[in-house]
Amino acid sequence: MATVIELPLETYAGPVEPDWCPGCGDFGVLKAVKMAAGKAGVEPKDLVIVSGIGCSSNLPGYVHAYGVHSLHGRAVAVASGIKLANTDLSVVITGGDGDGYGIGIGHFIHAMRRNLDLTYVVMDNQIYGLTTGQASPTTMKEMRTKSTPRGNVELPINPIALALVSGATYIARGFSGDPNHMADLIAGGIRHKGFALIDVFSPCVTYNKLNTYPWFKQRVYKLEEDAGYSPADVKAALEKSFEWGDRIPIGLFYKDLQPTYEDSEPAFRLGPLARQKLGLDEALLKSLVEELM
Amino acid sequence: MTDITMGIGGAAGDGLDKTGDTLARTAARLGLSVYAYNSYQSIIRGGHIWLRVRLGQDKVESHGDHLRALIALNQDSIERHAPEVGPGGVVLFNADKLRLNIPLRDNVTPVPLPVAELTKAFGRVQPIMQNTVALGALLFLLDLDFDVAAGVLADTFAHKGKPTVDLNVGLLHVGYDYARERVPALGCRWSFSRKRRPFITGNEAFSLGAVAAGCKFYSAYPMTPASAILHWMAAHGERCGVVVKQCEDELAVVNMAIGAGFAGVRAMCGTSGGGFALMTEAIGQAGMIEAPVVIVEVQRGGPSTGIPTKTEQADLNQVFGASQGDFPRIIIAPTQTADCFPTAVEAFNLAEKYQLPVIIISDLLLSEHPETIEPETLTAAVPIDRGQLVTDPGAGNGKYKRYAFTPSGISPRALPGTADGLHVAASDEHDEEGILISDMFTNPAVRRKIAEKRLRKVDLALRDLPAPQLLGPADAEVTLIGWGSTLGVIREAVGQLAAAGIRANHLQVKYLHPFHSRDVSEILSRCKRTICIELNATGQFARHLRAETGYSVHDRILKYDGEPFEPGDIAEQVRAILEGRPRSLDVTPAEAREIAYHYIRTHLDEQVRPGRIERVDGDGREPVWRIEIVERDSGEKRGELSVGISTGATHAAAVDVS
Repeated sequence: MATVIELPLETYAGPVEPDWCPGCGDFGVLKAVKMAAGKAGVEPKDLVIVSGIGCSSNLPGYVHAYGVHSLHGRAVAVASGIKLANTDLSVVITGGDGDGYGIGIGHFIHAMRRNLDLTYVVMDNQIYGLTTGQASPTTMKEMRTKSTPRGNVELPINPIALALVSGATYIARGFSGDPNHMADLIAGGIRHKGFALIDVFSPCVTYNKLNTYPWFKQRVYKLEEDAGYSPADVKAALEKSFEWGDRIPIGLFYKDLQPTYEDSEPAFRLGPLARQKLGLDEALLKSLVEELM
Repeated sequence: MTDITMGIGGAAGDGLDKTGDTLARTAARLGLSVYAYNSYQSIIRGGHIWLRVRLGQDKVESHGDHLRALIALNQDSIERHAPEVGPGGVVLFNADKLRLNIPLRDNVTPVPLPVAELTKAFGRVQPIMQNTVALGALLFLLDLDFDVAAGVLADTFAHKGKPTVDLNVGLLHVGYDYARERVPALGCRWSFSRKRRPFITGNEAFSLGAVAAGCKFYSAYPMTPASAILHWMAAHGERCGVVVKQCEDELAVVNMAIGAGFAGVRAMCGTSGGGFALMTEAIGQAGMIEAPVVIVEVQRGGPSTGIPTKTEQADLNQVFGASQGDFPRIIIAPTQTADCFPTAVEAFNLAEKYQLPVIIISDLLLSEHPETIEPETLTAAVPIDRGQLVTDPGAGNGKYKRYAFTPSGISPRALPGTADGLHVAASDEHDEEGILISDMFTNPAVRRKIAEKRLRKVDLALRDLPAPQLLGPADAEVTLIGWGSTLGVIREAVGQLAAAGIRANHLQVKYLHPFHSRDVSEILSRCKRTICIELNATGQFARHLRAETGYSVHDRILKYDGEPFEPGDIAEQVRAILEGRPRSLDVTPAEAREIAYHYIRTHLDEQVRPGRIERVDGDGREPVWRIEIVERDSGEKRGELSVGISTGATHAAAVDVS
């Protein structure tokens, strides 16, 4: 295996500063994404960060890399197209819980069962922040928001459990209060061959007054510190994914090496599509036409 | 006779597509021009299927008007189509199973084939083999070369082994001999060039054009009538180096294609109207981030799920209206099968040169009907123009700007993986560098200039697109206007009008956006009388023409029953308009029969059919067609049904079908 040359954080310094609210959890994620790219040794020119729409989806604009700031809910689909077009690129998807677990959940599930080599970082703040505080797919039951003044009546999505049953092969959870730990998780996801989900508790300091930094700090513990836990055990991971309340696990839930979608694609025999020559030779075209005679 | 149309009618599952295909390929290998149209239903077994195949010494451009031969594979097909067979024609059917229970037109010869007797020597044969016997008979009647047909069968059944080939050729032979001994041939006078031509559908031609142009990524969600592109690509993707992705929905389809386009790969996706509706937001995104992508929209009968297996041209408003905001895009409506291959090539070049979405709007007729085209038009030697791609963005003066404000509006593109070309392509409004101006850096002046930059590309693209030409005499008394796939059928109608002493000319529009407003206005200003011909109910193109030129056509010929135009039908409507005959939307007797068939098949049983039809006026309700419901064999009356002549409402009287 080639030696990874780690790159410093400044390598990825973006052109402008974030316009997030002071104290937003996404600052921690931004730092962790840059650290992770550096740890994985991905050069900016080979890094593509794809996002959807939402506060957190502004992230690609703050990193020195290629990026697509796509439509609400469509980041995973755009990223899939980019990866299939050029498998030499490291493609990292960043977005929020509304983007990924609400309007984009179909793409999320199907990308996982395809096991494309993508890394998906979801900044999960359990609220719609950009639209000023409506319930999101991960808002806790009974929480009052602008759109649920009598309390949320719907169960939240459990992203970790969903990823486990949908075929993702690297599943982790980070916390913005610990960017170094999160950076390791994301770097692991970038290095992992297959679909990696890193769900991140990234508190919204403006619109979520329930799931705050102190709320998480009291509860989170690292799976790595549980000596009896193995991320190779899918059943144990599923059990852990339901742990929620006084104690909430973060860290690597599950990791498994399975063939990726790219491994089975015959068109990649001649290398990444983006580097292949265009068009057909006349003999091949003639044989295709001959089928129609 | 050097131009003849025949029909094959039966139920889905009767195998008539194979029969039609053998006939068509035989004629094609002999060097004849072939055009086929399958009027089918989207069920696997049972629904009525009506395939028409037209052969011509010279190029034929529609399935034609005059049915000369019929192979009926079930009783319905005899009742419904045998009366359409014109003088000098033949009706072939399996006499063991089917009866000629309705009168034929004068000078039409029934050819009842004693299939059991003829196939006795072959032992037990499958029911579907009756088709091959009938086809053999038809081959003789059409003066087609038996050996060539046998060769087609040999190729078709090669994978099943020699015994199957021999059986099929043997059955073909007994049918051929039976007809030769008993029925005079129809009098076709062919001269066989034996030039082999591909017998190809629009969808196949789009696929071939795409791979020839370097398409490397095709995504789709199954949807009739676009699915055949997916099937072709899936079957040939490995050989042609194409990643073919069936996605979870059309949102994924188009966004994946856009992602691939952004990453530097020629990407295409295909769908029909309903899937296109789901794609619309992303099409605006492609315009905004200036990502090249080709989208094929194959129209079928709408609205909503509509009539999935029938043709229409009613998605024009949708493709114009797709996505919010003003954004650059190109919309092309290819005009015939031979135009599909070059249109696909052109679409990729335009998409990359101008960095925008290109929509190819086709329809079920164009995409699914096969016809022979000249093989020379399908070539690997196609122009490939990737537009302005920068490989060394750091070499210029200062920092690379992805959306540089250039006089042309085209900003040189750096692909991911290129050093010094780093940028974010944002669906939010942005500046020259791609930095957002949607939130904290909102700036009206930058917004104005980047909007103008994007739209300038469309003005420039118009210069690349050939303006439509008026076909036919400049001083014609009437101008027929069409768009997209109706080129051939309108051209043929113009010929029929000329033969009837009416001087018509023809304007067919292929490039819908950007539009050659000046050229078209100039052409129309010299026309005496204009009729817009479209396969939709509201005249969507006529409205577009008015929006683009201020010109209102004098009249419209619209059709929205799911079936394509026929040349004679257009010519007759043109004559009616010129003579000032009022057009009627009343139910015709033939339509009343079809409505009766629908009622019988949904509410009654297989033992009855429509019989005599008469008009009944004035019992307080609207005038009606009164249709006898009769016993299928005996013709004995079992009841009656009334169909409102104006509304088409059905009023059943008592029908005894115990």
